[in-house]
Amino acid sequence: MNAHAASPSSAASPRAPLALLAELTHRCPLSCPYCSNPVELTAREAELDTDGWADVFRQAADLGVLQLHLSGGEPASRRDLEDLVAAARDAGLYVNLITSGIGLTRKRLEALDAAGVDHVQLSLQGVGPAMADRIGHYRGSFTRKMEVAGWVADLGLPLTLNAVMHRHNFKDLPETLDLALDLGARRIEVATVQFHGWAATNRAALMPTREQAREASRLVLEAREKLKGRMVIDYVPADHHARFPKACMGGWGSTGLNVTPEGLVLPCHAAQTIPGLEFWSVADHPLAEIWTDSPAFRAYRGTDWMQEPCSSCERKLVDFGGCRCQALALAGDAAATDPVCSRSDRHADLVAAIDAEADAPAPEFVWRVAPR
Amino acid sequence: MSAAPARSAEGTRLPAHAASTPPPLPDASVPALPRGVRLHHDRVRQTWVLLAPERVLKLDAVGLAVLERVDGARTFGAIVDDLAAAYNAPREQIAADASRFLDGLIARRMVDLAR
Repeated sequence: MNAHAASPSSAASPRAPLALLAELTHRCPLSCPYCSNPVELTAREAELDTDGWADVFRQAADLGVLQLHLSGGEPASRRDLEDLVAAARDAGLYVNLITSGIGLTRKRLEALDAAGVDHVQLSLQGVGPAMADRIGHYRGSFTRKMEVAGWVADLGLPLTLNAVMHRHNFKDLPETLDLALDLGARRIEVATVQFHGWAATNRAALMPTREQAREASRLVLEAREKLKGRMVIDYVPADHHARFPKACMGGWGSTGLNVTPEGLVLPCHAAQTIPGLEFWSVADHPLAEIWTDSPAFRAYRGTDWMQEPCSSCERKLVDFGGCRCQALALAGDAAATDPVCSRSDRHADLVAAIDAEADAPAPEFVWRVAPR
Repeated sequence: MSAAPARSAEGTRLPAHAASTPPPLPDASVPALPRGVRLHHDRVRQTWVLLAPERVLKLDAVGLAVLERVDGARTFGAIVDDLAAAYNAPREQIAADASRFLDGLIARRMVDLAR
């Protein structure tokens, strides 16, 4: 996605989106305390059916989407996952399966391979059963994941490991990279936990220390150079410890869209935390119309909505004021400067709060619960 | 994508020219698109792209001409010969350009090399 240079996308006529994240279901065997799903989960009965998703995929391809991310919850919790992959390939999309591995068997993986899945992204909660099973709150999850990774390698599918890092497992970063190499991963995402969804609830239990964040950045730079041509490392640094915020979604409504299990179309997975935004459903509107005209997408597209210090900032087309959901959560105003930014008047308070959290003993996790 | 400056294993910065012009690929090497990396015609934007895990690379005419000839069977030397003939251009220049392009993709695991 980052091959395309950022350029202003006007509120009236946005460029076509490149990627669509389909949250096929909120059901998941794991209960990770940093899950990006909303705290209010969608029940199975409300999920779009096979034809509903296939229609979304065709509309997405017509709109210009190139890459489809099949996610959840756990996408393998959908019995029709093989049909959904086939429908997505029929539509002409590149199909990326984002999975915990739980619920996949060798036979299912073979069927997904035959259906045309392009790439498998396997989540990793830890480098051994003690950490992985604790974070996922599921005994045996690590062993099963290793089995799944072996099948992926056998079938010759490209594998990415997706390692979410936080105060409890940052110490294992070197072993995490080694494990990815051992499993034959072509790519690894080292993603410092993002504080949305359940992770916002568990912020103090997950917040890395400043020292951990610094050491992780150093290790990643070193490993990238050493592993060039062998394994690609994509890195999401700890944005609470950065000088400037991350350009969330590469700019609101500029690059990608999310579809929830029941068919609501969101500019990002956390957008429903912003009160007053009006989301349109694929049941009521064509996807192209939702992308261009729906109030939620228009709300923070471009730069007209910005306040100071963003509106006169020379970085406004670099980081787009940071994350709208984070601005709401931390500053109480979704149009404010993301307090993660050192130019926000709330930055000093945030830094003091997160340093205090990271230095205090970690509280217990609040586990993600299953949807009704 | 990595924005790290080019460094040797010892951590010292390499001179810029050494980092940007590696020796050309051997003529006998065989580039291939690995599973999960494929050429795709983007009908909405009217352009060719290379699709890979979490990556979309927009291709210009030169990039497309090279990748259309990468089939996992043809050697780099044969690809360069074919391009030189097709574009009526000096072989050495084509080899340098194609090598630089493919090297960038190899570093990002978007092209594999069998030697």
